[in-house]
Amino acid sequence: MSATDQDTGRRIGDTVLKVDNISLSFGGVRALTDISFTVREHEILSIIGPNGAGKSSMLNVINGFYHPQEGTITYKGQARSRMKPHAAARQGIARTFQNIALFKGMSALDNIMTGRNTLMKSNFISQALYWGLGQKEELDHRAFVERIVDFLEIESIRKTPVGRLPYGLQKRVELGRALAAQPELLLLDEPMAGMNVEEKEDMCRFILDVNDEFGTTIVLIEHDMGVVMDISDRVVVLDYGRKLAEDTPDAVRANQEVIDAYLGVSHDDAA
Amino acid sequence: MLYREAGQFKTSYAKDWAIFPIAQDRIVVLGFLAIAFIAIPVLSSEYFLATILMPFLVMSMAAIGLNLLTGYAGQLSLGTGGFMATGAFAAYKLSTMFPGMPIEAVFLLSGVVAAFVGILFGIPSLRIKGFYLAVATLAAQFFLLWLFNKVGWFTNYSTSGVISAPPRTILFTDIYVTGPEASVTAKYLFALTLVAILALAAKNLVRSSIGRRWMAIRDMDIAAEIIGIKPLQTKLSAFAISSFYCGVAGAMWAFLYTGSVEPLAFDINRSFQVLFMIIIGGLGSILGSFLGAGFIIALPILLTNAPHLLGLNIPVDVISHVEYMIFGALIIFFLIVEPHGLARLWQILKEKLRLWPFPH
Ligand SMILES: Nc1ncnc2c1ncn2[C@@H]1O[C@H](COP(=O)(O)OP(=O)(O)OP(=O)(O)O)[C@@H](O)[C@H]1O
Ligand SMILES: [Mg+2]
Repeated sequence: MSATDQDTGRRIGDTVLKVDNISLSFGGVRALTDISFTVREHEILSIIGPNGAGKSSMLNVINGFYHPQEGTITYKGQARSRMKPHAAARQGIARTFQNIALFKGMSALDNIMTGRNTLMKSNFISQALYWGLGQKEELDHRAFVERIVDFLEIESIRKTPVGRLPYGLQKRVELGRALAAQPELLLLDEPMAGMNVEEKEDMCRFILDVNDEFGTTIVLIEHDMGVVMDISDRVVVLDYGRKLAEDTPDAVRANQEVIDAYLGVSHDDAA
Repeated sequence: MLYREAGQFKTSYAKDWAIFPIAQDRIVVLGFLAIAFIAIPVLSSEYFLATILMPFLVMSMAAIGLNLLTGYAGQLSLGTGGFMATGAFAAYKLSTMFPGMPIEAVFLLSGVVAAFVGILFGIPSLRIKGFYLAVATLAAQFFLLWLFNKVGWFTNYSTSGVISAPPRTILFTDIYVTGPEASVTAKYLFALTLVAILALAAKNLVRSSIGRRWMAIRDMDIAAEIIGIKPLQTKLSAFAISSFYCGVAGAMWAFLYTGSVEPLAFDINRSFQVLFMIIIGGLGSILGSFLGAGFIIALPILLTNAPHLLGLNIPVDVISHVEYMIFGALIIFFLIVEPHGLARLWQILKEKLRLWPFPH
């Protein structure tokens, strides 16, 4: 993961995640129909599409939260069709949610510390005694988490229960919790939704920095086309659970089918 | 002596994450320990020790246990009485089957037995939550008590059903802490030591990774699983450790407080009593477990004695009605207004004091 080249676009590696013919339905509702695309190492891939297109469902399939009726996910060369979310986390997949899913009763710091749970191995006795590995782990991981806190510029709120934080900061803490796991693949579901311009700029900067400094592969859902065109290496377009396009931002912008979907030609859900 | 972590380490995070990071808190805690270990045994009457402080210590232990499970891990349980009974009967069986076993080991192993029983009855928690889980734990409560009542082996086939704790001394001494020869002070100090050590351990657990896993499951189980927390393992660890505390509390009740092992002491009312303690004291707070236990044990005593002191003559049955009304009102108040209970009120007071006299 040592990327010396500053240009994100040029250090993109091999396929790390392959989505093959995924179909997912809930009762009668077809959320995803025969979706295939690839995610390459170190890239930022955006998934766009009108409301209800199946974007969040796609992320849920990737991290094992939804089990598709058909198709396979191949992650780092391992094919699977069903897996538990905690197993995906252990393989290096982390994510944030469209509707913030923080642990409301815990401080920002504890939330981010919890993101490191898969890396903490001490047994409960050494934790109860706060002795040996139990203590060492707490302090080592705390030091790592403090680096995330600095990076995300949330020093002043680290002890605040997250339920009391404003929306934008909660989104930031949630990103911090995902980063704490040092993921190889980071899934971000609308990380900038509901933010003002300034907050969006900050969030873009964080995403680009994460991608650049740690080489983290990022799959991003975002409605703001300006942002998507700016930061993505490639874009996948979904509409009504089908894939309309998978291409570079410029090519996607010029694609007639995509334009139609967004102008509400196929349905009235203009984004 | 127990709280010297802070200052021993050079990094600032170690100090920041010391168990009581604020100096005043450390002083208050050490002060309380000094009073509890030195002043009270010297100054207090035996009656006060035996009838108020002993049940307070025992119920604090049980409240810590339930608070770990319900307040921290978010798993509602009405089986506390059953787990306490398990600890009490385990202590009785262990000490009569193995007369040479040190009493310290008896208490510890009683907790371990209760922990295994807790794991067993915690298994449904993977599938069911909240109210339904409470009903499942209620089944544990009734089943366990029925078992101890019906199966003679647990009481060594005693005909009366009431059995006494055998006399035992503290390891390497001849100081009796159980049985008729044990002095009230010895029992009190033994119970206090157990509570102090295990409360410290609980405090450490809830600020470590296991505690964060519990709280993550409590606050949002789906998100917890997505960041890699195994739900079953985490919930069962909460059931196990919680039941360990309840088991030790049950053994303390039988061996140190009443001196006899009887199932009736651990019926469903006991489960509710402990639940009320943590609701009033504060869900998700070790301090709250003590405050709740203290409050619920002190309130009836205050209510019984206050009218006399004020020269009023209120019939006993009226007082017991008043007691229920006050409990009911308080529980509703805390559930709706302040789920973090007395512990939170205490914290607010501290924050005010910390800023005083220059509040922002
Ligand atoms: N758990 C579920 N149960 C039933 N239907 C679901 C579930 N999750 C998603 N769906 C349905 O699947 C379709 C796709 O939903 P999804 O949330 O993936 O869309 P989206 O592209 O993320 O939309 P948005 O932009 O509004 O977030 C919708 O019709 C939705 O109602
Ligand atoms: Mg969505």
